[in-house]
Amino acid sequence: MLFGVVRWIGRFFIRYDNFFQGLTNGARPIEVMRMTVSDEDLAQAAANGDKQAFSSLLNRHYDRLFRLAFRLTGQQAEAEDLTQDICAALPAKLRNYRGEAKFSTWVYRVTVNAAHDRRRRRATYMKASDGWGDWEVNRQAALSESAAQLDWLQRAMNSLSDDLRDTLALILDDVTHAEAAEILGISAGTISWRISEAKKHLRQLKEEEEQV
Amino acid sequence: MTDDLNDLKAALDAATPAPDPDKRAAHLRLAEENFDKLQESARPARPTSGRFQKGMQMIFKGLTTRGALTLTTAFVAVGVVVATPFGQDLLFRDNGLTQPEGVELSSVPSKTAAADVVVDSVVEDAAQAIDSSIRPRSRDDEIIAEAPPEPEVSSLVAEAVDDSVPEEFQQSTAPNGSFVGAESEVSSGGGIQITGSAEMGLAGGRRTYDSTSQQPSGANSHSEFNSLTSSHDGALDWAMTQDDQIAPTADSGADAPPPNIYARPFELDENVIVSPAPSPAPPPFIPLGELESVPEVVDTEAFPEAIPSDLKITAEEPVSTFSIDVDTAGYSVVRSSLMAGRMPPKGAVRVEEMINYFPYDYAAPEGDAPFLTSIQVGVSPWNSDRKLVHIGLQGAQVTDRPPLNLVFLIDTSGSMNSANKLPLLKQSFRLMLSELRPQDQVSIVTYAGSAGQVLEATSASERGTILTALDKLSAGGSTAGQAGLQQAYSVAESMASEGEVTRVILATDGDFNVGISNPDALKNYIADKRETGVYLSVLGFGRGNLDDATMQALAQNGNGQAAYIDTLSEAQKVLVDQLTGALFPIANDVKIQVEFNPAEVAEYRLLGYETRALRRKDFNNDKVDAGEIGAGHTVTAIYEVTPVGSPAVLNDPLRYQQVSRDEGSEELGFLKLRYKAPGQDVSQLIQTPLVDGEALDSEARFAAAIAGFAQLLRDEDAYLGDWGYDQAIELALGARGDDPFGYRSEAIKLMRLAQSLDQ
Repeated sequence: MLFGVVRWIGRFFIRYDNFFQGLTNGARPIEVMRMTVSDEDLAQAAANGDKQAFSSLLNRHYDRLFRLAFRLTGQQAEAEDLTQDICAALPAKLRNYRGEAKFSTWVYRVTVNAAHDRRRRRATYMKASDGWGDWEVNRQAALSESAAQLDWLQRAMNSLSDDLRDTLALILDDVTHAEAAEILGISAGTISWRISEAKKHLRQLKEEEEQV
Repeated sequence: MTDDLNDLKAALDAATPAPDPDKRAAHLRLAEENFDKLQESARPARPTSGRFQKGMQMIFKGLTTRGALTLTTAFVAVGVVVATPFGQDLLFRDNGLTQPEGVELSSVPSKTAAADVVVDSVVEDAAQAIDSSIRPRSRDDEIIAEAPPEPEVSSLVAEAVDDSVPEEFQQSTAPNGSFVGAESEVSSGGGIQITGSAEMGLAGGRRTYDSTSQQPSGANSHSEFNSLTSSHDGALDWAMTQDDQIAPTADSGADAPPPNIYARPFELDENVIVSPAPSPAPPPFIPLGELESVPEVVDTEAFPEAIPSDLKITAEEPVSTFSIDVDTAGYSVVRSSLMAGRMPPKGAVRVEEMINYFPYDYAAPEGDAPFLTSIQVGVSPWNSDRKLVHIGLQGAQVTDRPPLNLVFLIDTSGSMNSANKLPLLKQSFRLMLSELRPQDQVSIVTYAGSAGQVLEATSASERGTILTALDKLSAGGSTAGQAGLQQAYSVAESMASEGEVTRVILATDGDFNVGISNPDALKNYIADKRETGVYLSVLGFGRGNLDDATMQALAQNGNGQAAYIDTLSEAQKVLVDQLTGALFPIANDVKIQVEFNPAEVAEYRLLGYETRALRRKDFNNDKVDAGEIGAGHTVTAIYEVTPVGSPAVLNDPLRYQQVSRDEGSEELGFLKLRYKAPGQDVSQLIQTPLVDGEALDSEARFAAAIAGFAQLLRDEDAYLGDWGYDQAIELALGARGDDPFGYRSEAIKLMRLAQSLDQ
């Protein structure tokens, strides 16, 4: 009887040995991988059920996703919620990743689409407060030096339509026109047109400010 | 960009906050959980029980081993005592209760006759009937086949039944583990426990890794239980399962050194845990691979577990016997892991498959000889006090090849539906098609849910027809591997005729999950079909649920080769560049036996070939299956030997053991090689002495570099000392040679990758 228990405990530790090791040095391979493996290979592996690949892939892209989410929404809380939505849905979405586009492009498209979905849902019950920027945060930051700049940013972004804002969010995140076109599912020509529209708006905004 | 935009960009950059670390961690965790859930929902057959439940099961499992077992076996013994007045008839009817209706199995009084009565269809019926009745309730649970009782327990039982039980039954109870199933538990979700003989039936029909493979040739009173999964006689059975020997069996202990390997294919998919076999000296418990040990496991890849061949002392064990291996899957799996930025699972790294992945430029045979052995001896690169004995086999090139009959057996299950599986497979076969000749015939059979022939036997010249059939394939459904194989073999047999080579090419991601997915049953079936002269090659595609263990077993038993295709260039290598080697066997059942000279060699170690070890007596037994060598193939085996008197000798000589030394001979050892010409049943013998030498040529040095690399990947650096990736790269670079296909350069690239990953 005692023998059985002892053997069982021994077995338990042996069987889970790798698991325990995994807990202690789980973070290590990710750092190394960052330099060696392409996103696309990792995505393919993850799509085929490789959890480690999935984790390192998401780890690699999380910060950029969050940054884009913020640029699309203008609010930290909103950006966090959006990122959470994406993280939750990514495993299932990844199954549809066929390696046709660069992974970063693909995941940006997922993000933009998720932002659109969110915006549509919000629009139904929060029409009034729709817009870019976080009023609460800004009021608290009103005393700081950057208040004016933030204020301007907010007014500038709010003066733009959703489409123009999304386009700028990408282009100002150093995404090329071609990639932005792929992400938004429109032609590169439309991107250029939107950019020039946005510029026009900004110039107009500036002129209005100067007049005041 | 205008100033306005630049301003906006600067403002945006300044405004963008960094993600909150807590939120970040929570989101990543959420994503991983969802990832896991998704994996599980995609594979409904997998148990999803919680860890608590698992823990409880383990506790019960641990507790049952002794006390409860004694109790239950005592009950069985009492039952037997009660049963005896009615004779063995009643005993058998009792077991027969677990058989589905209509199966004529009961009331077979003779032990050996029982095995013969049962035919394949019964195997299927029984398994499926039991399967369907058990599955719905027990899918959340593990089905555990435990180790058979310890010897003391059985002897206890034997004592208990001593007075009243006929002698025949006693004999069968006590010795070699006929109570294999006695402890296996099938506990369903509702807490239903079936014990005693009924259990044996269940375990037998459902899944019996151990029972067939552990069963030595001697039959026993439970032979009808074994025959559920195996319809062969004992001797053949043993021959077929020897490749993945579970443990030394009782009858092998006396005259042959017990195989030092402990190879065990395990399959996580079904979550079956199989414990070691009964043996005179129980093998040490082996930590299972991480796939089995981590509860939150995602992929369901299975690799055979094998203890690395250990250092042998020549004086104690001068003879080493193994079968050749021309599989290359091990290297491709390693490459695909490394390219994905991870160290490969250790079980996936098989030294011999890594070495044999590469073509070597050995001297070619002359005349009618199917192959030529070349032997080199030189200083070991990782220890200058040791030597490497390098044995190279070069297969003859076939200039005038016979017509080919190919049956592509293509897995079109849902799991094949990703870019590196079915689409790659189609491209690969398209490549291969251009290598075939008009007199060759091609047929396509698919399996997914149900098996079906998509393309009748068609001449290879009708490219259009074949390509259209290939293109129409689409993935969906689950995998009925067994039915597919059966159909493919019957198609193959219909295509075969005198003087032609017939081969089934199984392309799969290794996911056999419908029908009899018991690897042993599959293996037995294939081994049976091997006798008809049909060869079987296995091509693995994709990662995630690659069941390497099953693939290996299938190819080994089907007289074939297992290759893993991860890229189109690998397909090019396997199916185009080396097509003749892959498809035209020039020698079957090639076995190698080396006897080392204790006067020269103190210790030796075979690098790799763990899953291919043979028993000494199997060398001369032509019934024992071994590896095939194809046209133009090269096969390489490397021994590391420690000369007598070398400072690297690890084991001190014994004081009371006198080693007889033949001082006159300067040979390191003697190599014997057996092979059968295709179609023949009697083997031929080739013998060559191993003569000491000083240097290895570049081919041998490259093989050594790969062998060292493989050992580094397996973390078996005990014998390597300070020799590491740097030295491996240097050695491989120096021995790269011509490398017209770039295989060796790629290996060096992998070494560099592994070096940066393994830190």
